[in-house]
Formats: sequence, C-alpha cells, structure tokens
Amino acid sequence: MPRRALTGNEAMAEAMRQINPDVVAAYPITPATEIVQIFASFVSDGLVTTQFIPVESEHSAISACVGASAAGARVMTGTSSQGLALMHEVLYQAAGLRAPIVICEVNRSLSAPINIHCDHSDTMGSKEAGWIQIYAEDSQDAYDSVIQAIRIAETVFLPTMVSTDGFIISHCMQGVEILEDKQVQDFIGPHRSAYSLFGGAPITVGPLDLQDYYFEHRRQLMEAMNTSLTTLDAVNKEFKQKFGRGYDIIEEYKTEDADHIVMAMGSTCGTAKVAIDKMRAKGVKVGLIKLHVFRPFPHEQLKKALSKAKFVTVLDRSDTASSMGGPIFVETRAALYDQMPKILFADYIYGLGGRDIDIEEIATVIEKGEKMKLQGKVEKPLDYIGLRE
Amino acid sequence: MTKKGWKDLPTGGIITKAGSALDFKTGDWRSEKPIWDKEKCTSCLMCFIYCPDSSIQVKDGKMTGIDYDHCKGCGICAKECPVKVIKMEMERR
Repeated sequence: MPRRALTGNEAMAEAMRQINPDVVAAYPITPATEIVQIFASFVSDGLVTTQFIPVESEHSAISACVGASAAGARVMTGTSSQGLALMHEVLYQAAGLRAPIVICEVNRSLSAPINIHCDHSDTMGSKEAGWIQIYAEDSQDAYDSVIQAIRIAETVFLPTMVSTDGFIISHCMQGVEILEDKQVQDFIGPHRSAYSLFGGAPITVGPLDLQDYYFEHRRQLMEAMNTSLTTLDAVNKEFKQKFGRGYDIIEEYKTEDADHIVMAMGSTCGTAKVAIDKMRAKGVKVGLIKLHVFRPFPHEQLKKALSKAKFVTVLDRSDTASSMGGPIFVETRAALYDQMPKILFADYIYGLGGRDIDIEEIATVIEKGEKMKLQGKVEKPLDYIGLRE
Repeated sequence: MTKKGWKDLPTGGIITKAGSALDFKTGDWRSEKPIWDKEKCTSCLMCFIYCPDSSIQVKDGKMTGIDYDHCKGCGICAKECPVKVIKMEMERR
C-alpha cells in the first residue's frame, strides 16, 4: 500500500479523486479551500469525470448538491466555519430529503470575533441538522473516513460530514497510506439513493408536508439516525477487515483498568494519549475515550465504556452557550443519567479559536481529576484550559 | 382515505404518484359549514362571484351545490346571499 506525505486537505482531496463523485459544487473558505481547489485541478486534468459546479456561495453550493443528489448523482462538497453556517438551512433540507451527500468539513471557529483557526463550534452548530458527524484524529483517519462516509450515507440515506481540525490536521503533513483506486471503487460500490428524479416513474421531491404527514417523515429521519450506528459499525468492520485499519465509533485507549476516563474528539486525542501514557507511568489508572462519531450520539457505547469509571474528564473544543458546559459534556451526562450517582464529571472548554493545547495541560487536568476523585466531590464542574483570567 | 404510518411512507417525503394534488382536500380544517337551501335559491350566483375558493358548484347557469372538499367555511357566501338561503353551521369532525 503506497504511503504518501499528505496534509489533511490533500488526503481528503485524494479520497474524493478516488471516489470520483458525479457532482461537486463548492465555494472556497479557509481552511477547507484546498480540498476542492485540489479536486478542481483533478477535474481540469481529466483525472475524474465529475461535473464541477463553481457557485457564488455555500448556500448555493449545498443547494446544487441537494438538486444533484435528488437527480440520483453521487455528490460531495467541502466547507468550513462560516461556510457551513451559511449552508445551515439547506443542511436540514438535505437530511429531510434523505440526500446522501458527503461534506469534507474542516473545523474552524465561528465569527465574531473573526478567527480562521480550529475549534468545533461550526459543526456543533449543525449537530441537530440530521447529518451523521465523524471527527477525524489525523489525515489517515480523514482519508479513510471520507471513503467510509460514502458507504454509510448511501446505506442509511443520511448526509454525512467528516471533519478535521483546521490547520492542525488540514495543513499539517503526515504519512498517509493510500488505497488503490480500484480498492476504493470496489469498497464504495455503485451509487445508491432512496429515489431519483431520473428513476423511471415521475416523482415529486420536496412537496408541502403539513400536519398530517410531516411528523411521520421526521420519524423516518429519527429512525435512520437510530439505526445508523449499526451501519457505521458494519462499514468500519468491513473496512478494517479489507484494509487492516479502521476507526471504532468510540475508541478506547488504555481503559481496561481505568477508573478515570478522559473524553475528547479530533486531533487532541493524539495529545491526550501521550498525556495518559505519562500519567500511567506515575501509576494513575487513566484512559481515553475518543469520540469518533458525534452524530448519532453513541450513548449505548458510552454507557458500556464508562460503566467502571469513577471520574470523567471531558475536553470540549466548543461551547454551545448553553451555560451548562460543552456539548460532549452535556450529552455524555444525559446518556449516563441512570448511572450518574457513581460517576463524577468535570468539563474543560479548551482550544477556542485555535489556541494550542499541550501534553502538560492535559496531564494537569488529569491530576486535578484524580484529586476530585479521591475527595468524592467536584469543585468546579466547568473550567477552562489555557484561558487567561 | 387511510393515512399511512411512518414505516410505510416513501423515504424523504417524496410523492410517487402524479396528480396526487387531486387527493388533497384543503377544506378539512373548516370549523363552520355552509348549508344551502336548494328550494329557495334564485341562482343569482352572488355566492359564486364572492367565493374566494371556487367552491360554489354551477352547471348551466344554475347553482348546484357546494364543494365541501375545498370550502374553508369562511361564510362570505352566507353573508352575501341576497335571499339568505345559505346558513353557517358549526361542524365537528
């Protein structure tokens, strides 16, 4: 298997080349611009047969994607931050119309104040839109997850976004094992959709749906989300079996004997693993749960994985202004409500606007957590890492 | 018409049959129903002119009835009828 030095953006563009979607409609935005810029050069060089539609905004980009998907095309796009925010209303339409579109997303903070660097605020703003959300830890993960996302989206008929941490993954180079074009094509198979405007008998897509049917159609969407975890798992297992690597919905790192669990998403998981190794060398029984999938929220997997935990340290790279802490913290606590009396939680918001987080900082919050675990009491359920007071 | 449950509906809210708007009975949320007295009606067609929903049925210049599938029960016909042969009645369904 050839190994190439690629940035996250290059890895996602390479996956798109091998997927060779029928239609890509996109608008540039930092730090995701390169993905479709590189892909556009593949189009110009005749390396793909994709119809590339340059549009005047992200709202138009995703709208063109929905139309093309309804026409039965395999459709992809790329965006970030404000671009994803501008797509917001159409994200719901893509989900409601069950259009299996795949977005290569790069996580970037939202304005204001304006900032182009990484946090998870953008995709967290879309977490209720009915899209499957996969968060990659590195370029290899991003490449593999984009390929898996096509299969997942086209099995459950839900749009899917795969995101990387802006600049940290998108612009940093890493050795990435690339599959053969044929292996990718064989894995994704022919395009599948729930319906097509060119499928034979005429159909109407997107009609008015009032009190008497809307509820039933939303229930279908809820069911697709509910069952998609099984599909995510099955597709990953098949990928693992064929290519020797994969990404579980939640990845457990050194959790077997751990009573203290750190939870994180994205590139921070790599840093957290080193911090955990360091704390383990000091005899602390700590492990990591990497959330690879945030939508649907893997509540059953977490219930099981956290069943032996006494203390959970959550690292949230966004704050959804709920005043209750970050989204990973809020949702994990909700998922574990029934076993809550046994588990203490502390949430740390970190890295907003691309502020770095290092091994020492994570080791420090693990130490704080150890103290609280021994005291049996959480002094501050919500705190910040790397913030000046 | 029996409405299908979520498990039996086409995915994504698509409509698989052409001309299905014919089955859409837009008058189903009416709360008052116009009752027409055929014997006393002079077929002046004032109701036909005023009806905002084309729900007054006319054949050969004579009023023949009311299209309850589409009448919203606004009561304009009853109000405008010069011989007062249309009465509004509360409707429960």
